[in-house]
Amino acid sequence: MSDHAAVAAQTSHTAHGAHHEALGFWRAYIFSTDHKVIGIQYGISGLLFLFFGFSLMMLMRWQLAYPETALPLLGKLFGESRMPGGTMLPEFYNELGAMHGTIMVFLGVVPLAVGGFGNFVLPLQIGAPDMAFPKLNMFSYWSFFLGGVTMLASFLVPGGAAQSGWTSYTPLAIIATSGQTWWLIGMVFLITSSLLGAINFITTTIQLRVKGLTFLRFPFFVWAQLVTSFLLLMAFPPLEAAAVMQLMDRVAGSSFFLPTGLVVSGQVAEIAGGGNPLLWQHLFWFLAHPEVYVLILPAMGIVAEVIANNTRKPLWGYRSMVYSLVFLGFMSFIVWAHHMFMTGMGTAMAAFFQTTTMIISIPSVVILTALIISLWGGSIRFNTPMLFALGFLPMFGIGGLTGLPLGFNIADIPLHDTYYVIAHFHYVVAPGTIFALFAGVYYWYPKATGRKMNETLGVIHFVGSFICMNVVFMPMFIIGLAGVSRRLFDGGASYAFAAPVLHWNAVSSWGAWIMAIFQIPFVINFFWSIRKGQKVGDNPWEATTIEWAAPSPPPHGNFAAPPQAHRGPYEYSVPGAAKDFTPQCEA
Amino acid sequence: MEIPYTVEIRRDTGLNNGKIGIWLFLASEVMLFGALFASYILLRTGAPHWPRGAEHLNVPLATLNTVVLIASSVTMVMAWASLMRHRFGTFRMYMGATILLGGVFLVVKYFEYSAKFEHHLLPSTNNFFAIYFTLTGLHMLHVAGGMAVNAYFWGPGSKLWKTNPAWFANRVEHSGLFWHFVDLVWIFLFPTLYLL
Repeated sequence: MSDHAAVAAQTSHTAHGAHHEALGFWRAYIFSTDHKVIGIQYGISGLLFLFFGFSLMMLMRWQLAYPETALPLLGKLFGESRMPGGTMLPEFYNELGAMHGTIMVFLGVVPLAVGGFGNFVLPLQIGAPDMAFPKLNMFSYWSFFLGGVTMLASFLVPGGAAQSGWTSYTPLAIIATSGQTWWLIGMVFLITSSLLGAINFITTTIQLRVKGLTFLRFPFFVWAQLVTSFLLLMAFPPLEAAAVMQLMDRVAGSSFFLPTGLVVSGQVAEIAGGGNPLLWQHLFWFLAHPEVYVLILPAMGIVAEVIANNTRKPLWGYRSMVYSLVFLGFMSFIVWAHHMFMTGMGTAMAAFFQTTTMIISIPSVVILTALIISLWGGSIRFNTPMLFALGFLPMFGIGGLTGLPLGFNIADIPLHDTYYVIAHFHYVVAPGTIFALFAGVYYWYPKATGRKMNETLGVIHFVGSFICMNVVFMPMFIIGLAGVSRRLFDGGASYAFAAPVLHWNAVSSWGAWIMAIFQIPFVINFFWSIRKGQKVGDNPWEATTIEWAAPSPPPHGNFAAPPQAHRGPYEYSVPGAAKDFTPQCEA
Repeated sequence: MEIPYTVEIRRDTGLNNGKIGIWLFLASEVMLFGALFASYILLRTGAPHWPRGAEHLNVPLATLNTVVLIASSVTMVMAWASLMRHRFGTFRMYMGATILLGGVFLVVKYFEYSAKFEHHLLPSTNNFFAIYFTLTGLHMLHVAGGMAVNAYFWGPGSKLWKTNPAWFANRVEHSGLFWHFVDLVWIFLFPTLYLL
């Protein structure tokens, strides 16, 4: 905005008084460059997409629990081409599966964890007035938005949305219907958004941290976001390259991922051939394994903040945690092919990648152990954010430990294509990451609104979700160990050997549907508390990190005067101090 | 509200924000082209027969284009150097030359592409042409993008020179870093596709 226009806008709004309302509605709330508004935009979009992705899965769970049975009431809404008479067609099931994964990972968790919490909290925690490139930040959000719209619109194209799994394995994805092209274009938007965000986060962290805030005085959350940003920056471009190549295969008729002599529906395909389907998997997992850490590291960051605050103790082994985090970020680039033990890529490759995979489990365990030891001897406050953070620890633990057999080439082979894998990574991402994200919402809500969310509704939300999560995913370990494939449209009903464990499918499904009911208190709480929540001061949790020194909600520009960091991030219960917390920016 | 270190340099890092930003962006670009080069190597080593670039592509035209791009990198540096000497007129001349040379590169590429299309040499012909069109196509998009940014600094963006010359010089420098990178990608593309 030119100076002249700014002055004009200011005069027209003098009636409202507050200086940060000088921008019009569109510039202040829609095309805003303020990191807090963008963070909230990302956060709410992410939550909506999480709910949408969850709904897709609830539909799939009907088909798995009661295969070939008409879905009462809702079934007819999806039309004859998808659910004739209310019974799901396999193509529609595949559509739901592919889009559930895509939406949860790229449109739900990452935007909420990195775009939402990263944008809102990180500049405040380092005492910055905003991100280093505010306009780029806005473009990042709108690029994400376009990507989301493209993905949603793909449900409406002939043949429906992408059906080749969130991994889009070739050659299947190349001969699929046009929804796959939309998927690829959507991904290009999402990748662009992540790149712009990552550049912004790294620059902001390095350049805009306040005086005295050295790297080892960063809150663990800042470290987590910094490492995550490097992963996004370096791992996403190869997927972009792969997406361009798959797009070429689909649109321009090239054969990057199509082997010579490919037979489609009994016909030899008319292609040049000579391509390599495994190349796609390598490029895809080169992104998607670091992506796993993009999903989990911000969650660890949130949990570390909440645990330090609610145990009223410094984090145990802060430095080891930081070094582990950096090492983990580096290692995550050289473990990708452990997703590919089943492809027959050779034992030498498998040996290398199983070794690196075992090595990367060490820093993860160091971080988790440090968080658990941090609880020792603390006077723990059991508020809602802390409950979710405490829920995260065992859930992530189960997810992580059940991953070890998958990291070994030999043990992976019988387990890999079964429900065991689904159970394993959902324990990491669903009750793991998503619990941490809920903890973050409850924890920083007072900073964004000046009001606390209701504790009773929060506890109901936590207890219900915690029980249901386990009811959903624990049976999948049983089904998976019995050897039921994870890619079956009927949940295994057509295989005799699966019969003894099939009843667990219904248990799991009912767990998911009841879990949906337990999200209602959260939704009510979220909106009700904006106006009616208990009013609180700037630092309701008596926390030490710098974001709590800003007013709640922070105005445009955040701090009245630039704060200064005088000490480390978690000076709780310092012997001899007057109160049990000493803020970082208190002289 | 002012974002610190937009123009001035932060003492402990020795950099301003834009400089870090552009280098991070270039790092991601290295990964983008790196993935494509890696794919090229994998496809080529896996192929029983791989065409020799010189037999199918126009080496003299590509050599010309190499010279054109290197010249444009030189003019880009001169444009920035002129700003550092506070000679705005010279800056516009060199910046204009940079944009024109970029244009020459694209025109030459256009003739190369149309000759291939005339002979029905397409991405669907074989994987050599598939990777040729993908790599050079993506590179051309980068050239066009760099030209657009440079054109902005040549035209409307140069207003900033009057109000904040230091910032304007920084932005031209960062745009230049990108332009040199695009040039460098071509230096790798040329032998890989045309000569090997």
